[in-house]
Amino acid sequence: MVPLSYYLVLSGILFACGVTGFLIKRNLITIFMSIELMLNGVNLSFVAFAAHWQKLSGQVFVFFVMVVAAAEAAVGLAIIISVFRTRQTLNVDQVNLLKL
Amino acid sequence: MLHLILFLAFGAVCVAGAVNLLAQRHPINSALSLVVVMGALAGEYLLLGAEFLGAIQVIVYAGAIMVVFVFVIMLLNAGEEERTKGSRVALLFGVPGMLTGSLLIAWVLMHSGMGSIEVGALPGPPKAIARLLFHDFLLPFEVTSVLVLIAIMGAVVLAARPEAAQPKQEEEN
Repeated sequence: MVPLSYYLVLSGILFACGVTGFLIKRNLITIFMSIELMLNGVNLSFVAFAAHWQKLSGQVFVFFVMVVAAAEAAVGLAIIISVFRTRQTLNVDQVNLLKL
Repeated sequence: MLHLILFLAFGAVCVAGAVNLLAQRHPINSALSLVVVMGALAGEYLLLGAEFLGAIQVIVYAGAIMVVFVFVIMLLNAGEEERTKGSRVALLFGVPGMLTGSLLIAWVLMHSGMGSIEVGALPGPPKAIARLLFHDFLLPFEVTSVLVLIAIMGAVVLAARPEAAQPKQEEEN
């Protein structure tokens, strides 16, 4: 027997770590990984609420979140590769123009 | 009791991995600690009874997506990130504000009396998930399949070298 709030607090901690990483990290790839961490935190609260309300739809939603995360990772990493090709850096401070 | 111990163990691994992701300076170390977080989250899903999601979490997230991340880190030869000076206002007001806010939210959640979850409270076998996915959620499922197709094409177009896109005739001339 674990209270639902424990799961929610854990998911909140993971989400907060993701937000912190998004804000303090300077490497494009690490920033992207922080976004994945946020998505994982949200997924945990989806599954916990699915168990709480006894609805399987919550688990199906996690499935969709994973698919969208996979698509996002593919496109985002392709963008990172092309940014690196034009600027030769992954530091977000030096990527400050949309145009070359 | 065992449920609580397992929850706390997996949760501790999760939080340790997430904090390590923030603390590491080299992206490959961050990627590996993210794999640890995802593996421990799969354990949490199993505790909640979502066995199919636990398997998918390991295969898709910790397997496929993180392999792509590690692959890109090695492809771009990403080194340690440079240390930059943070803003003092963020340190003075942001950190205490965030701590107060999160403690407040945690306190409210702990005292809301939302009840507790048994171990394996809602079994999510592949059969039940598939019935929902291909019946109630058929339209979103098809839409995500189109989304993935577009994402694949977009990734190929974005990551292709500019010279590779041009026709080969110019090389012969």
